Amino acid sequence: MIHVSLTHYLVVSAFLFSFGLYGVVTRKNAVMVLMGIELILNSANINFVAFSKFGNYGLNGQIMALFVIILAAAEAAIALAIVLNIYKTFAHVDVDKINNLKE
Amino acid sequence: MSLYDVIFYLFALVTLVSAFMVVTTKNIVHAAFYLLFTFFGVAGIYALLGADFIAVVQLMVYVGGILVLILFGVMLTNKITNVQIRSGSTNLVAAAVVIGIFAGALLTMMLNTRWLVNPGKTLITTIPQIGSLLVKQYVLIFELLGILLLIALVGAASIARKEEREK
Amino acid sequence: MLTEFGKIFVFILLAGLFVAVGIFTAKILRPHRPTKEKLETYECGEDPIGTPWVKFNVRFYVVALIFLIFDVEVVMLFPWAVTYQKFGAYGYLVGIIFLIVLFVGMLYEWGKGDLEWDRPQPIIPYLHKEEEQNK
Repeated sequence: MIHVSLTHYLVVSAFLFSFGLYGVVTRKNAVMVLMGIELILNSANINFVAFSKFGNYGLNGQIMALFVIILAAAEAAIALAIVLNIYKTFAHVDVDKINNLKE
Repeated sequence: MSLYDVIFYLFALVTLVSAFMVVTTKNIVHAAFYLLFTFFGVAGIYALLGADFIAVVQLMVYVGGILVLILFGVMLTNKITNVQIRSGSTNLVAAAVVIGIFAGALLTMMLNTRWLVNPGKTLITTIPQIGSLLVKQYVLIFELLGILLLIALVGAASIARKEEREK
Repeated sequence: MLTEFGKIFVFILLAGLFVAVGIFTAKILRPHRPTKEKLETYECGEDPIGTPWVKFNVRFYVVALIFLIFDVEVVMLFPWAVTYQKFGAYGYLVGIIFLIVLFVGMLYEWGKGDLEWDRPQPIIPYLHKEEEQNK
């Protein structure tokens, strides 16, 4: 058995990214699309932290991961508020059927 | 195979299986709870990579904050009378094919590149170093993140409140 | 390979996993014969009426949102609080500006009344003594 190296982490991150992208593309519910986006952000973060450890660039990668997490929090707060407003206007959150900017 | 490897495979398995369940399960509430396990698995991977502060932040912000917000989103945007909260999916086959090709390309790239691996010394704790970087090199981003959080707070609260008032 | 805290962290997560594995094994091994009475919600012997899924107030969402933002603020302040003394007045000022910016946000929420919770006015029952006597 090979020892865990940088490639192992990259493979995990690649699979996580693909799952997230699959969720974003196929799901109809807006909240589920958001969950897919969270998966994608997590996979990017794994890459940042892995390169930070194996690349000997100090902690810059970890700082970037921290910024991504904080931006994800702000993004989730705004996006879910918008989803709540969409639900109020259309009475559903199916992203395929929402094609009007106004009622 | 050392203990480190065993723990890595365990966390990777938890992360990937629950992530797969998030995007394939029909029930939205189940998907949210599988997302919890994904976040835990990713936090474990951060800890294995020597990023203790990021692991704790992952637990605090994702599990403690974002997941709660997503659960509120699920509860507030579904017709609550029917317990079977389902989410439809479209274009399953086409998406699977395209993303399969994409993932294959990504994996080929990652496996065939000769990464320049030069691991530095693992630190006892990373928090003082992260703090110095935040205060010195990234001080502008630090302050800008404060302003971003202010904007997000004001914007999201006013959008959500608008719904409440008109009801 | 791990940081000192990382070891503890892995230990915490493995402890959680240990419990999960135990519960899952029990779920596989135990007999499973559900009946209608067993699956019903237990409400002190009464038959439950209606669905437990009730419509939530949007205010819960606003409170969760404010919590998330200030949660993130604490996360940012923690590494600053560990190291600002090394940089003297400059380091102190950096954190204070950050705090002031978010304090403006808190004042906004406070002024808009998001931190308040309007309770329904309770109707206090009182006894009509004269009506009682007339009966």
